[in-house]
Amino acid sequence: MPVITYREAVNQALREEMRRDERVFLMGEEVGLYQGAYKVSQGLLDEFGEKRVIDTPITEEAFTGVGVGAAMVGLRPIIEMMTFNFSVVAMDQILNEVAKILYMSGGQYKVPMVIRGPGGGAHQLGAQHSHYLEAWFAHIPGLKVVMPATPKDAKGLLKSSVRDDNPVIFIEGELLYGTKGDVPEGEYTIPLGKAEIKRKGQDVTLIAYSKILLLALEAAEDLAKEDIDVEVVDPRTLRPLDETTLLNSVRKTNRAVIVEEGWGFAGFGAQIAEIIYRKAFDHIDAPIERVTGADVPMPYAKNLDRAARPSKKEVIEAVKKVLYFD
Amino acid sequence: MDREKLVELFRQMLLIRRFEEKAGEMYTMGKIGGFCHLYIGQEAVAVGAIAAIREDDYVIASYREHGQALAKGTDPRKVMAELFGKATGISRGKGGSMHIFDAEKNFLGGHAIVGGHIPVATGVGFAIKYEGKDQVVLCFFGDGAVSAGAFHESLNLAALWKLPVIYICENNFYGMGTAVTRAVAGQDLYLKSSAYDIPGELVDGMNVLEVWERVGKAVERARHEHIPTFIEARTYRFRGHSMSDPAHYRTKEEVNEQRKRDPILTFQKKLIDEGVLSEEKIQEIEKEIKAVVDDAVEFADKSPEPPLEWLYEDVYV
Repeated sequence: MPVITYREAVNQALREEMRRDERVFLMGEEVGLYQGAYKVSQGLLDEFGEKRVIDTPITEEAFTGVGVGAAMVGLRPIIEMMTFNFSVVAMDQILNEVAKILYMSGGQYKVPMVIRGPGGGAHQLGAQHSHYLEAWFAHIPGLKVVMPATPKDAKGLLKSSVRDDNPVIFIEGELLYGTKGDVPEGEYTIPLGKAEIKRKGQDVTLIAYSKILLLALEAAEDLAKEDIDVEVVDPRTLRPLDETTLLNSVRKTNRAVIVEEGWGFAGFGAQIAEIIYRKAFDHIDAPIERVTGADVPMPYAKNLDRAARPSKKEVIEAVKKVLYFD
Repeated sequence: MDREKLVELFRQMLLIRRFEEKAGEMYTMGKIGGFCHLYIGQEAVAVGAIAAIREDDYVIASYREHGQALAKGTDPRKVMAELFGKATGISRGKGGSMHIFDAEKNFLGGHAIVGGHIPVATGVGFAIKYEGKDQVVLCFFGDGAVSAGAFHESLNLAALWKLPVIYICENNFYGMGTAVTRAVAGQDLYLKSSAYDIPGELVDGMNVLEVWERVGKAVERARHEHIPTFIEARTYRFRGHSMSDPAHYRTKEEVNEQRKRDPILTFQKKLIDEGVLSEEKIQEIEKEIKAVVDDAVEFADKSPEPPLEWLYEDVYV
């Protein structure tokens, strides 16, 4: 099986879906001439031309709304957020138009658009460029929210997201673009709303998504050396959430640790924890542990930036805690 | 314009007027809940503008959109039923007064965030051009929206990308309780689009024929040359911002002065003077419209509420 980067996987998905359906177009800042701020859309302008790969001025609110209007009358826009930090400027469009038009119109108009881009930020980008906002989007009925952690998931899920008739918030990762993984040759899609067990295990369920999944897997390998067998579950889609896979895992292992890179208070992990407590209360043998980013604006200094993010050590400690090994 | 068409314009304005008056009554009786923003006084803008477009052209508006919906051809029964929150409403009772949508008539809704639909209108224009079609988009909003970022961002894109959108600002001189003199730097709103190299035009929004003619020219420019236009139609609303607004920020004298410019009465007088309408014909039309509006109320009254299962429908396709 070919091994390609996450960036290449997203590029392939965009290319394939744009070839497959003429109604699909890509719009955003620097997506065309610049080949993409993170080179995700490299070569697309050359292949599809200016009609279908559209560079915009810095006006997230307006071009997100352009996506809505175009989608309402039959096109299938892919609107790129250079990073999801900038999506906040478009939040009114996302909340009040993208997510609501199907419902408010009594089903007359649908909004089949994808809003995609990197979330989370890289290192030392500071307080305004480092947000994890998936909880904001997952909170809104009418949106679907996808956060793939691997190249294979990114490609398969993006293809499905483009074909979905609902609006999808598709959150990639700046620091994921360079990661590599197996990606099947040929045509394949991955359905939204299905979690994946990334590592089978017996002793603890470790739930993680997006970039921090990679850290969770590393922690699991370290713990294996201490004879602790961790099952790592990747939700992949945050909304609709595959509760069945998560709960089956927890019912099997009886212990859960949730890892997320963003802020803990009212973070998405809190919702996962609530579901486990409500639906698998009699199956858990310890309180759920959450490992999250520090509840602070992201600082600049290298050591503080590192301290603000979950570490492998914290994940390992959390696993041991739910096993009462501390 | 031929006689038949002139009478039709009159009839449409009168339908909107009587419909809105009835909606006001129904709101006071508790049959309409939430917010209700009446179009009374502004009828010439919706009717004149929409008379200048084809059926396959698109219209999108703000939350004061009952007039646009009716002018675009939405069934008054279904609008009234929507206001009453019934299952037979055009938006299945899920939208309400501010979210009247009619896909069959290419009416893209009622939107409640000031200026929020202006980018959406721009996107429809983008799609028309993308597909190589020749439709146009009419986008209605008020003076309150011209200070919003979304307005400026949208005009910039429409000019940059040469989109077939006609942006129509209904300047009724008040953004809710704030007079336009207190909200906007640069009182000639139509000049604001020149920053984006978009032709801006001042139109008398109380004159249905002037609206029709000027919008018509803008429609031709949009359809054949992909040139967007910004029109400031000066008008007035004779009632408050919404049914909850006693409008203490305006004097009775001012309102009475403005009522002399009533678009329906002035057009009526013109048509009588020109022999197009007679008093008898007017009475006939009034009677017909009263029947339509009363029928709409009866239909809405008799219609059932949405079934509870609809609560969870249309969240996702």
